[in-house]
Amino acid sequence: MSETSARPSPEPVIAVRDLCMHFPIHRGLLRRQVGAVKAVDGVSFDVMPGETLGLVGESGCGKSTTGRAVLRLYDITSGSIRLEGVEIGQMPQSQLRRLRPRMQMVFQDPQASLDPRMTVEGIIREPLDEHTRLSSRQKRERVHELLDAVGLSRRFAGRYPHAFSGGQRQRIGIARALALNPRFVVCDEPIAALDVSIQAQVVNLLEDLQERFGLTYLFISHDLSMVRHIANRVAVMYLGRIVEMAGREALYADPLHPYTRALLSAVNEPDPGAARSRRRILLTGDVPSPADPPRGCNFCTRCPEVMPICREMDPALREVAPGRHVACHLHDPAITTPREPTRAAPTAVEAASTRGDQPPSILSTRSVP
Amino acid sequence: MTDGAAPVLDVRDLRTVFRTRGGAVHAVNGVSFSLKAGELLGVVGESGSGKSVTMMSLLRLVPSPPAEVTGGAVLFEGRDLLRLPEAELRRLRGGRIGFVFQDPMTSLNPVFTVGYQIMEPLRVHLGLSRRAARDRAAELLSLVGIPDARSRLSDYPHQFSGGMRQRVMIAIALACNPKVLIADEPTTALDVTIQAQILDLMASLREKLGMAVIWITHDLGVIAGIADRVMVMYGGQIVEHGPVEAIFGNPSHPYTRALLTTVPRVRGERPRRLTVIEGQPPLLTAPPDFCTFRDRCSQAYEICDRLNPQRYPVGEGHDAACFLCDPGLAPQSAAPRVAHV
Repeated sequence: MSETSARPSPEPVIAVRDLCMHFPIHRGLLRRQVGAVKAVDGVSFDVMPGETLGLVGESGCGKSTTGRAVLRLYDITSGSIRLEGVEIGQMPQSQLRRLRPRMQMVFQDPQASLDPRMTVEGIIREPLDEHTRLSSRQKRERVHELLDAVGLSRRFAGRYPHAFSGGQRQRIGIARALALNPRFVVCDEPIAALDVSIQAQVVNLLEDLQERFGLTYLFISHDLSMVRHIANRVAVMYLGRIVEMAGREALYADPLHPYTRALLSAVNEPDPGAARSRRRILLTGDVPSPADPPRGCNFCTRCPEVMPICREMDPALREVAPGRHVACHLHDPAITTPREPTRAAPTAVEAASTRGDQPPSILSTRSVP
Repeated sequence: MTDGAAPVLDVRDLRTVFRTRGGAVHAVNGVSFSLKAGELLGVVGESGSGKSVTMMSLLRLVPSPPAEVTGGAVLFEGRDLLRLPEAELRRLRGGRIGFVFQDPMTSLNPVFTVGYQIMEPLRVHLGLSRRAARDRAAELLSLVGIPDARSRLSDYPHQFSGGMRQRVMIAIALACNPKVLIADEPTTALDVTIQAQILDLMASLREKLGMAVIWITHDLGVIAGIADRVMVMYGGQIVEHGPVEAIFGNPSHPYTRALLTTVPRVRGERPRRLTVIEGQPPLLTAPPDFCTFRDRCSQAYEICDRLNPQRYPVGEGHDAACFLCDPGLAPQSAAPRVAHV
C-alpha cells in the first residue's frame, strides 16, 4: 500500500482530539488526591480507512494507555474520540457495548490475555456469544473460518492455550479480535513477546488480514524497524504527547524532532559496517516522571538541542509540511530558522538573536563516534 | 580482534541434558569455543537454541537436578571448571568471572540496598573492610554512570529505573575486576535510547578494564555494533561462527542467512513482505544424529536426515555446520530432499 492510497476517503475511522488520560494519585489516611499521572496528555490523531498508524515510543510514554483509552477501556479524563463519526469519548459503557464489535484489540502478552481454562474454540466463540444471535452451528462454522484465516488447524479447536507456542497463541488472540468483523483494531505490541523469526510470521499475517478484511490498525510498538515495515503513517510519543507525526517514508528519511532523531539513531542495524560508521545521538538521563513533567517542553531535560524557550513554553503540535506534524520550537518559524521543508521565515541573524547565546546552527547534534 | 592471543576461556565439547518427567531434553550438544583476552564474543539464536544454558553450564549455574552437565571441559586459568570443587567455583563466580543476568527487575534483591549488593562480592571475594568496600562501591556506581553515586548506595532497587538497575547489575559484575564477563541479554528489557547508553558504557569499560565479554542476545543489530566475533546457535549447537564482518557479510549457514532476512530495518530498502522461517526449533529428546535445522531449511538434502554436519571452515576463522559448506561433498550430486531448492 502506498502512503497516499488511504487518503481519498474523507472520513477517518477513528478521530482523536485532545485526548487526556490522567490517573489520580491518592495518598494518606483519607486517600486524598495529591496529584495525577498524566499518562496521556493532549493527544490528537486520525486513522483513515484501511490505513495502519504506527504509534511508537519508549516504555512509559503512554502509547499503550492511548490505545486502551481510544477503545474506551478507560473512562477518559477529557477529549473527543469519534468512531466512524460517532462521538464515544464520554459515552456510557452500556451504550458503548453496542459499538464494541466495530473496535477490537490484540494484546501484547498472548500468555496473559487468553483464559487458560477455556478451549481455543471457547475463546474465539466468546465474542460471538456476547454480541450475536447465531446458532451454535453457525458459531462453530465461524470459529473454523477464523482458525483458517489465522493459519491454525481446525483440529486445534478443542485444545487449551497452554498447548500452543507464543506465536500460535498470538494467532488465537487475533482470531478472537476478528470474530465480530471489526473495522478498527488496536494492536498493542502484538509481537513484543515473540521470537524474531516468529515476529515476521505474525506481522505478515496481520498484513494479509488487513488486505482481506479491509481492517484499519493502530499499531503500537517500541520496535521502530517493525513499525517502518507495517505502518503507513507513524506517530512518535514522548511522555504522554505526540511529538512528531508523519508519513512513514518522510519520518524515517528525515526525522524532524530531536527525540525522533535520537530514537532512530539508537536503533541497531544488523550491519557491522554501518554500525561502526554511524553517528549516534546519545540521550542522557532517564524519562521524567509523568506525574511531574518538566516545565516547558516535555523533552527539554534530555534534548541535545534545547534552547532557553524550551524550558518556558510548551511547543504545540504544528503542521510544518503537508502531512508532517512536529511539536518542537526548532520548527516554529516564529521562534527559530526552520529547517526544510518550510523555508520561509526570519533570517539567520534574527533567529540567532531570539535564541540568546546559543550558536546559530540548529543542525548541530552532540553525537558520539 | 586479538589474533594469536592465548584464550582466557576454552570450552570443549560441552553437553547439558535436562532430565524431566517427560523425558530427557538435550539442550547443549557438543559446544566448543574459545574466548580470547579482551574480545567480545556475541552469541545469537532464538529462544530455546541453548545459548543461555550453555553459558550457565560453564559456571555450573544450571539447576541440578533436572539439569546435568554430562560432558566436556571448560578451561579457565589452567583449571577445568566442570571438575572444580563447589567451594572453589564459588570463589570464581562473581570474582574472576562476572555474570549479568537478563532481567534487571528480578535479579536484584528488593530487600537489600543497592550499596549492600555491590559491596557483597567485594567483601566476600576481595576481603575488603566495610569502609573500603563502600568506597569501591561508590566508585563502581559512578563508573557505570549513575550520578550522585555515594548517596544512592543506600537506596533500594525499586528506587532505580530499569536502565539504572541494569547499570547496577553491571557494577556488581564488574566489582572484582573480572577477566571474563558473561552478559545474558543485558539490554533486552531496556528501551532503545537506554540500550544505546549501556552499549556505549560497555565499550568504554572494556577498553578501560581489558576484560573479555560473552554477550548473549537475539538482537542481531546489537551484535553487529559491538561484537568482534559471533557464534550462531541452533538446537544446542554452534551452527556458524566467525568474525562479525564475515557473519553479516558472508553468512554461510542457511539458518544465519534466514535469521538476517527476517529482521526489518530502519534504513535502506523496505521489502514488501518479511521473510519467515517456517516451523519451530526442535525439541531434542536424544543427541541429534541429523542436522537440527533440516525441517526448516529450504536447502535440505537427503544427507541432512542421516548425519549431523560438523563445522566446516568457510573462511579465515569462519566456519559453518552445514553440508553445503563441505568441500568433499558436492551438493549437486547428493539427492535433494526438497523440490524447491
